[in-house]
Amino acid sequence: MVGKRIYLDNAAATRLDERVLEEMRPYFFDTYAVATSEFAYTQGIEAREALDAARARMASFINAQPEEFIFTSGDTESSNIAMKGVALALGDKKGRHIIVSRIEDFSVLNSAKALEKQGFKVTYLEVDGEGLVDLDKLKAAITDETLLVSIQHSNQEIGTVQDITGIGKICREKRTLFHTDATHSFTRIPLDVKTIPVDLITVSAHTIHGPREVGGLFIRQGTPLGKWMDGGFQEFDHRAGLENIAGAAGFARAVELVTREENEHLKKMRDRLLNRLLAEVPDTVLNGARWKRTPQNANVSFHYVEGESITLHLDMRGFAVSTGSACFSRSLEGSHVIMGIGGDHERAHGSIRFTFGRYNRDEDVDDIVGALVEVVGELRKISPLGKYKDKED
Amino acid sequence: MPLPYTEKVLEHFRNPRNVGCIENPDGKSTEGSPACGDMVSVYIKVDPETKVISDIKFESYGCASNIATGSIITELAKGKTLEDAKRIDWRTASEALGGLPKIKVHCSVLAVEGLRAAIQNYEEKHGLIKERKPTTIDTIHSRLHKVMNPMAGLDVERTHIVKDVILKDGEVTIAIDLPSNHQFASAIKEEIREKIEFLWDIKKVNIEFTD
Repeated sequence: MVGKRIYLDNAAATRLDERVLEEMRPYFFDTYAVATSEFAYTQGIEAREALDAARARMASFINAQPEEFIFTSGDTESSNIAMKGVALALGDKKGRHIIVSRIEDFSVLNSAKALEKQGFKVTYLEVDGEGLVDLDKLKAAITDETLLVSIQHSNQEIGTVQDITGIGKICREKRTLFHTDATHSFTRIPLDVKTIPVDLITVSAHTIHGPREVGGLFIRQGTPLGKWMDGGFQEFDHRAGLENIAGAAGFARAVELVTREENEHLKKMRDRLLNRLLAEVPDTVLNGARWKRTPQNANVSFHYVEGESITLHLDMRGFAVSTGSACFSRSLEGSHVIMGIGGDHERAHGSIRFTFGRYNRDEDVDDIVGALVEVVGELRKISPLGKYKDKED
Repeated sequence: MPLPYTEKVLEHFRNPRNVGCIENPDGKSTEGSPACGDMVSVYIKVDPETKVISDIKFESYGCASNIATGSIITELAKGKTLEDAKRIDWRTASEALGGLPKIKVHCSVLAVEGLRAAIQNYEEKHGLIKERKPTTIDTIHSRLHKVMNPMAGLDVERTHIVKDVILKDGEVTIAIDLPSNHQFASAIKEEIREKIEFLWDIKKVNIEFTD
């Protein structure tokens, strides 16, 4: 029924790069021992060296010290460690107030909600129509009790990029810690911890053609962090559990494989897609900022039609995209991000996210625009909403 | 098959029957809203003598289940008398489609209610309805029978998550046996609200969770 498949959901998961797999292979078959101390056996020492090397590569990429970077099982765990760790370390000392933006990913949002149940006070900061946090509002929201501000680097659905340098400066001034979830911006937008005043950064390999279930957390030296998962003393005693050396090496390789040219290419495809959709499909609105957005993300809402129907029709034509529609979500609720930027339910239900990756080609853009013109047109013909039906009422 | 839909559902989704609206319909309805994610309009033409549905059309703003169910109910209802058409319920529709995923049952319920409401609209217009009855606890329970519990694909009454219903001076309080942060708490709350708050003598609807 369908010839080639075109994958445009790279924010959800990516195809592994073969070169990453090659990097990982030895740690499955040769250097598979536990990373032990230097006083143990040879294989363990080799494993330790491999882990240290991967860590050094990750740290140098963001201009950090190796001791400031730990490997985790992904961005969800990283953000949980960061938020709950700070709460555990400072909750009884500094205060019990946390600030997050209301369009954070669920790992941050639901960590905040879990802390709320334990008596922490959480401010869910509003964002503007493009998804940007207002720095003055942030400044006003921080009190003496505020122990952590967690605001993402870029948004998972609409790609909006926050001014994390500005946010970090405010947090420094106000003497509060700053965590940012950089899962969807990492390697796509430069990140230098020497110039950006941030204390904790969540990153993940699954968005950049690395292995899934591998992530990392930058922890600036001296950041107080409690430990809530009990077990061994791995990852500088921040994260208990057997180290995933293959994953760590794969992550480092995945990071190094991203080039400036690739990011330029993603941006070119993104812009062509947005320009064509907004020009050629009537009643289509952009979600997120036009320019302050990650190079790989495009997101629009098609009025009068529902996203699950669009994704299903696209799937039948070989395209994979995602939607913020309630019908598509596991909670049957419309996207909190689209609602967060002032959209109504209809805008959330009609929103479609396209995320490009390494294996997309220029012609994918024209192919999907052609398919969307057809699909959206057909669905509008049967929709009771909007001017496509102006005979009644 | 990778998709959670039957071939029959996909076929009706791809090629929905009886789509569009009827000029000067004898009965019409619009159920749902963009807020709940699905909306369906149903238009009927009725033979005044035989009370047979001579023509029926629908429009849908919704997901695949909603579109496919809208399509199948128009097929099922066409040529039936109003009394027979009233007996088409979501189970009939779902069976005719070869089954629907549990989590999607509420979308098909909506299309079925669109048909019922269009018939009701016809009966109201033609003086076939008895006068308004006051809402009772039983009315509320029967409405709750139409609110889906997405975990089970069955309604909230049958899955025993309605702990209590209190009705006093036009104010209804419904206690649901789920924590407020449950995955489906918000969706269930929305659906209950939509089913109850438009009853003519109900002023306020409160929905309470276990915490």
